[in-house]
Amino acid sequence: MSLLTQRLRVLPFLPAYVALYFLFLYLPILLLPVFSLNDAATTTFPLAGFTTKWYASLAGNSVMLQAAWNSLVVGVAVSLLSTVLGICAARAITRYRFRGQRAAAGLIMAPLFLPEIIVAVSLLMIVLAMGVELSLITVILGQTVFCVPYAMSVLVSGFEGFDRSLEEASYDLGETAIGTFRRVTLPVVAPAIVSSLLVTFTISLDEFILAFFLSGTEPTLPVYIWGQLRFAAKLPGVLALGTVMLVASILMLTLTEILRRRAERRTQMAFTLP
Amino acid sequence: MTAAAFGALADTPSSGRRRAWMRSEEARGLALISPTFLYALALLFLPVLIVIAYSFWTQDYLDIDRTFTLENYRQALTEPIYRDLFIRSLWISLTVSIVTVVFSYPIAWFISFHGGVHKNLWLFLVTVPCWTSYLLRVMSWKVILGYGGVMNTGLISMGLIDKPLTSLLYNSNAVVITLVHSWAAFAILPIYVSLQKIDRTLIEAARDLGDSRFKAFLRITLPLSLPGIISAFLIVMIPTVGDYVTPRLVGGKDGVMIATAIQAQFGKGANWPLGAALSVTTMVLVSLTAAAVVLALKFTVRRIR
Repeated sequence: MSLLTQRLRVLPFLPAYVALYFLFLYLPILLLPVFSLNDAATTTFPLAGFTTKWYASLAGNSVMLQAAWNSLVVGVAVSLLSTVLGICAARAITRYRFRGQRAAAGLIMAPLFLPEIIVAVSLLMIVLAMGVELSLITVILGQTVFCVPYAMSVLVSGFEGFDRSLEEASYDLGETAIGTFRRVTLPVVAPAIVSSLLVTFTISLDEFILAFFLSGTEPTLPVYIWGQLRFAAKLPGVLALGTVMLVASILMLTLTEILRRRAERRTQMAFTLP
Repeated sequence: MTAAAFGALADTPSSGRRRAWMRSEEARGLALISPTFLYALALLFLPVLIVIAYSFWTQDYLDIDRTFTLENYRQALTEPIYRDLFIRSLWISLTVSIVTVVFSYPIAWFISFHGGVHKNLWLFLVTVPCWTSYLLRVMSWKVILGYGGVMNTGLISMGLIDKPLTSLLYNSNAVVITLVHSWAAFAILPIYVSLQKIDRTLIEAARDLGDSRFKAFLRITLPLSLPGIISAFLIVMIPTVGDYVTPRLVGGKDGVMIATAIQAQFGKGANWPLGAALSVTTMVLVSLTAAAVVLALKFTVRRIR
């Protein structure tokens, strides 16, 4: 306690600053549920009263449900594809040394450092130039480019703590390469793989620009929401949908975090054991 | 590059050496990274090359004329409308990145130095807002800054103003506020990582040798966290220059940015080559600006030290 009071004396503003910063971060997110339960079509204070009618209206909205289904299909495909590609690259980078490693990793990570609209425009041009019809498949291919860097950074940090001597021991004891991967490598890196799946799914679910350019006539959920935002009267319904998505994202993230911590504890235990 | 490596391999005369290479670290590494690398090559590198190629061509209705021309760049750089959009986009992304880094640094510092055993929890709390729907976060700022919004009703009830302010929404300030909010976590994380790497005994040594807290911060912590500051700066500035949603939703007339103009060239009645030239120009300008700021940062920190 004395340590804390000492800290507070040195930096009296810091706790107040942290509190204000977190208010700034969370205010916009906390407003979504507030107005989605408000019995008025406008989003102004004072609040008019409690209602769940905006949520009820979601259930009967077939266009929205179709968009949600599209998003789910895209999200699952993107998370699987980008995690598989991420595993290859992360394993190559953490396990082997080879020429051109930095250049290859740089290209794979480049989408993080590019304006998204330029990635979207260039993909649109190549897709149309090749005469491919825009569909959910083009969205999946495009979002995967964008998600691989995230998958890779999650996986690289998961693979880095991996002790190579475990694998060597397995080889020495006569296990095959596939058997070693399944029985030694996979159990250790599994939490990182699950984190990568969840993170890329969450990104895909929320991704707008690439889906907007590449989805053609099949909208994903964000593209559907974008269409609704033009109509002021539909805003509370959109906010209700947003609240549902918010809760889903937070659940997924919490799950990812729990898995990550469990994995961390397990590696720590492995190191402390004799 | 992979192809070149395999090409070189075909020239090796002895099959024994070839087999040895195939089993080597290098071959396995290359083989393992190639699916991801080829994917990025096909769906990132190649498309960007095509954009660059298109920017030197012209379009006549639906036909593409593949004669080399700089006409698109002339238009992109001299037409007042595009020039204004470039200047505004660069200005907004520069402001956003500087404001985000400056305001996020204390938070990263707080988590790294005073986060105690709950560092991961703090980091988790910082990242949660950034994973929630991007469109709805921007929309939420519209609700906060709007005429009858949270900010105006709050200020009125506190008695600070009599009637709602109209200057909060539909201008470049609204765009800056919204983007700073969107990118907060992307700035905090790299700064936090570089702060974590600092050897704490260096700071203790500086303190023992008589530096004040502030001086020790300026001479030890700040210079050593520079790599984090630079990556935070780049990871915020470069993507925000091409943001499409925020200017459209909260920017109004005075907050339009270059992405709107780029998107317009790919809609109906399009001009792909001009859109391509606008995209390439955006990339070049933002890279130059970012490089200038990074150099300035390095120079300033060296002077402080």
